[in-house]
Amino acid sequence: MAVNFIYPEYEAARNYDRCIACRVCERQCANEAHEYLEDIGKMACDDTKCVNCHRCVALCPTRALKIVSSGNTYKENANWDSKTINELYKQAESGGVLLSSMGSPCGHPVYFDKILINASQVTNPSIDPLREPMETKVFLGAKPREIERGKNGELINNLPPMLCLSMPVMFSAMSYGSLSYNAHECLARAAQKLEICYNTGEGGLHENFYQYGANTIVQVASGRFGVHPQYLNSGAAIEIKMGQGAKPGIGGHLPGTKIIGDISRTRMIPEGSDAISPAPHHDIYSIEDLRQLVYSLKEATGYKKPIIVKIAAVHNVAAIASGIARSGADIIAIDGFRGGTGAAPTRTRDHVGIPIELALASVDQRLRDEGIRDDISIIAGGSIRSSADIIKAIALGADCVYIGTAALLALGCHLCRTCYSGKCNWGIATQEAKLVKRLNPEIGYTRLYNLLTAWRHEIKEMLGGMGINSIESLKGNRLMLRGVGLNEKELDVLGIKHAGDK
Amino acid sequence: MCEYYCAFAGTNGKDMARALKDCDIKPRINIEEADGISFAVSCRHCREPLCVKGCITGALGMDGTVITIDKDRCVGCYTCITLCPYGAISASGDGAVQKCELCVSTSEGIPACVRGCPNGAIVYEERA
Repeated sequence: MAVNFIYPEYEAARNYDRCIACRVCERQCANEAHEYLEDIGKMACDDTKCVNCHRCVALCPTRALKIVSSGNTYKENANWDSKTINELYKQAESGGVLLSSMGSPCGHPVYFDKILINASQVTNPSIDPLREPMETKVFLGAKPREIERGKNGELINNLPPMLCLSMPVMFSAMSYGSLSYNAHECLARAAQKLEICYNTGEGGLHENFYQYGANTIVQVASGRFGVHPQYLNSGAAIEIKMGQGAKPGIGGHLPGTKIIGDISRTRMIPEGSDAISPAPHHDIYSIEDLRQLVYSLKEATGYKKPIIVKIAAVHNVAAIASGIARSGADIIAIDGFRGGTGAAPTRTRDHVGIPIELALASVDQRLRDEGIRDDISIIAGGSIRSSADIIKAIALGADCVYIGTAALLALGCHLCRTCYSGKCNWGIATQEAKLVKRLNPEIGYTRLYNLLTAWRHEIKEMLGGMGINSIESLKGNRLMLRGVGLNEKELDVLGIKHAGDK
Repeated sequence: MCEYYCAFAGTNGKDMARALKDCDIKPRINIEEADGISFAVSCRHCREPLCVKGCITGALGMDGTVITIDKDRCVGCYTCITLCPYGAISASGDGAVQKCELCVSTSEGIPACVRGCPNGAIVYEERA
């Protein structure tokens, strides 16, 4: 094009003293950014094609490559920053809705980073997790209010179905189709070894993965793709997806080009047809309607599986959660606005929804105020980045957390945020066979296992530091949290005191 | 990349950039590619190796289960190259032939190609 409005944001900086022209960068780049120039015997890079995924950087055997900011700037303007200007140029050219992948990179406040965790000193002893037992196991589901006994005083088991997890972390819903087969295998195998659960997302369950059923949450979303009785009965729990943190109020769309072979069979739709998940469930317009679906699913599975209802964190999330708790659901999953996605309209992702920390605190408080907190468990998601975030989420009232982006990072994702292109160089968000095989499930699942094993150690350390020996004792224990740099209202919503306050 | 790590292992250098800059590499492992499938071809260390049997100077020999090459003895007749059914032996450019010796003399127990494979596709294991 004669006029190019957008200059590449990043460029591949090559140290020609170290480059041996082995061409690994050229072979590894699915965007074809690198090229070997035969006539001068040197590598070159077309920065307009680079998405900054770091595949070439990570594989360059001589460390001759790095990606740097191109430094090109428009005239500085506090109001019209370069991102805003570039987005406008793109739309002026395409006339289309802007699409983005992964969680919002915008600078909205991260409340987890403004919350600090307590520790024991002198008057209450801390616990050394290496010497004393430390319980990280959690049970998700409705807890009965009373202990029932039979005529002879024996305990009657009145427990509704529960999800039993070795630690309060699960892999959040990411569908087969948005993720590759190998990525799903990594998640499933890691979940099995860690004794936690992963989530199918709205893509059905590949026939090879039924073997991991005890560690699988099967999702029923608005498109109902891949849902059949065997599918519902194969998992440990069923999740009804009402919303997603990255795109509250928006449905999903997996383009027909990705609906091929196994994916078409698993989703039970013809090859090449677009998989469009509507924004609402067309049979749910009230809590009563939701209750019907909850009980339809319970009926279909013999009342043996807990039902999760997943919603995006939006303004009146507490009232919605209260309704869900009364709908017969066993677990509610709340997805904060920083949660990830394979593709979402940029404006929705960056401007719709509320932070998980605030949503979680207000839901937990509302359910407690109404005396129904024990009727339902809470899963918090939407950018849980470390074990410290998990501790904070649990102290704010969560029973468990969902991690999605963190899990993908463990698999090699570099957050280049171009999942929608389908050319993931790390073999995660792609269906191209030659890219998919770059993710070796053996290596991937080990990395996931390592990550969560490390987090489990850290959780135990922090629990011990607080003098707590069980994750259940931390749940909703907001006295263990203090805010820094938060105003009265924020502290009030979070239900915590400011650091230094008595 | 296995090809480059193999070539680098052969140089005994410390820095790949210095060792392999501006040179034509001659790896002892070669990638064959077709229809989106790649396959690394290197010596299979046969139990009854035709190359050793055919070597006219005794340069090729067995060190345990590893087939090794004594470059001082090799006269470059290339009999082994014609005999190897896998195409795993090649000319080294210095008169003698070269082949994979599982890095017995150069690396710390694990062949360079195995350490250099980013996806765990090449494994080093004992086969009964």
